[in-house]
Amino acid sequence: MSDILTKSRARNVFYGGSIFFVVVFVALTAQSHRFIVKTSTAGAPITEEVRLGKEVWERNSCINCHTLHGEGAYFAPEVGNVMTRWGVADDPEGAFDILKGWMEAQPSGIEGRRQMPHFEITDEEMRGLAEFLRWADQTNTQNWPPNDAG
Amino acid sequence: MKYQSQSVAKYYFFAALALFAIQVLGGLLAGWIYVSPNTLSELLPFNIVRMIHTNALIVWLLLGFFGAAYYLVPEEAERELFSTKLAYIQLIILLVGTLGAVGSYLVGIHGGREFLEQPLWVKFGILVAAVIFLVNISLTALAGRKTAITNILLMGLWLLCLLWVFAFINPDNLSLDKMYWWMVVHLWVEATWELVMAATLGFLMLKLTGVDREVIEKWLYVIVALALFSGILGTGHHFYWIGTPGYWQWVGSIFSTLEVIPFFAMMTFAFVMVWKGRRNHPNKAALLWSLGSSTVAFFGAGVWGFLHTLHGVNYYTHGTQITAAHGHLAFYGAYVALNLAMFTYAMPQLRKRAPYNQVLNMASFWLMTGGMAFMTFTLTFAGTIQTHMQRILGEYYMDVQDQLDLFYIMRFGSGVAVVLGAILFIQSLVMVRRELIQPGPIVAQAGE
Repeated sequence: MSDILTKSRARNVFYGGSIFFVVVFVALTAQSHRFIVKTSTAGAPITEEVRLGKEVWERNSCINCHTLHGEGAYFAPEVGNVMTRWGVADDPEGAFDILKGWMEAQPSGIEGRRQMPHFEITDEEMRGLAEFLRWADQTNTQNWPPNDAG
Repeated sequence: MKYQSQSVAKYYFFAALALFAIQVLGGLLAGWIYVSPNTLSELLPFNIVRMIHTNALIVWLLLGFFGAAYYLVPEEAERELFSTKLAYIQLIILLVGTLGAVGSYLVGIHGGREFLEQPLWVKFGILVAAVIFLVNISLTALAGRKTAITNILLMGLWLLCLLWVFAFINPDNLSLDKMYWWMVVHLWVEATWELVMAATLGFLMLKLTGVDREVIEKWLYVIVALALFSGILGTGHHFYWIGTPGYWQWVGSIFSTLEVIPFFAMMTFAFVMVWKGRRNHPNKAALLWSLGSSTVAFFGAGVWGFLHTLHGVNYYTHGTQITAAHGHLAFYGAYVALNLAMFTYAMPQLRKRAPYNQVLNMASFWLMTGGMAFMTFTLTFAGTIQTHMQRILGEYYMDVQDQLDLFYIMRFGSGVAVVLGAILFIQSLVMVRRELIQPGPIVAQAGE
């Protein structure tokens, strides 16, 4: 064993193999980039509202309680399909109303229940956030999550 | 300690330990909020607490890596550091950035991509610190003896700093954002950090067991080859459900299954080296942490990772408490315990004295490791029930969470054990006392 596998051979296999896998990975990533833009998220355009909504989503650090497409914290419900769950995935006005109503009712203050903070969000930003979540909802996520519960 | 400039490592280790304390206290508070959700809900909401918990962890692990490099590279290269001044400047930048980040989180200023919430100026600070570090450590290594340990360590550190560039890339398209986000997150913890881990573990084995360098370095190359061959395409297990193509389900499943192998190899490597080694090193606590790290990493990253990595399983478990269970044990085993092993080994050397407080240190190992194991079990059970009720039966998230209280109470209990262990560990390193138990006879060692 030690005759065949010398230190310099092990090193060469490491460098050569790593370069090979990096090249394959970069190629697959480039293809995935194209697939995302052209196919999986092509169902709805990224409007100014969606852009604003993403910024609102980030500024308020929603990801550190919620999951979005299953990624984030596990303290609060999945929101990648929340517009489907609320039945407003194709209804911009309904999405805005229900999101605004929900967020303005927080925190609920109910003893023993997880509390969503109160966020200072203008109507324009709220509309953006609703549009961002509707946009995320139409992504082709290979049929994930398994059901509307998220 | 052979070289004066190695002593900069001490300050990195102290800074890391301070952040370690903040990290576990933040975790304890977050665990308590699960049990009693109204706690501080308006003053310090869960999302802020979690940011402090995860960010403190990442920064202290990095400080530990940087400190380890400053300790290890001069010894491997057989010369003083290129500049101790640069090393101190780097540390100051990192500490100002960390305090700035924590301060701005507390007043509500933060980005919103998980783990990369740092304000932009902090991100640039980290970039500047990384460049200073790479210059300093590379010039030291290039001028001196070149070994496989420094090669692998430097390669890991260079690549992890380069990947930081993706922290600045945030496309408007959420799916693209997520895909590039993983270039930092996954390719750090499941590729480049593994190189740092393997190199550090190799160094510790070299020092603690006295096994021939040729043997250790050869196996190091085998281990890091296994890590990158599986880990790079293993990124695919994050690309199942975020809008990326369907073929990642197969690429991710196959290669992330193979990711178990390098962790198994690292564990086997550590035990075989100790077995073969003839050196009876006096620092038993460092040996315990080294073996413990590789073992818990195998279970946390390897076994618990495999548990939910196949796409057919992940379809149901993705984003549940199963993920939390795996994340906690994997980070603890692979990176927390490894850093603590290095601190335990290096601190007596840096203070120019024989190993001290070893019984206390080893007690803290068992308390922390036991606590983390129990935490992982409770979260795994919680996640199993959550998966069934929510993903199979389709019950709503909050209704399911209400059924999991018992597990969250037990998780909080295990968190208390971990925090106590962490406090004991910090005490054992920082406060030098007389040994409670007389160590056995020590034979003089060559090569220290």
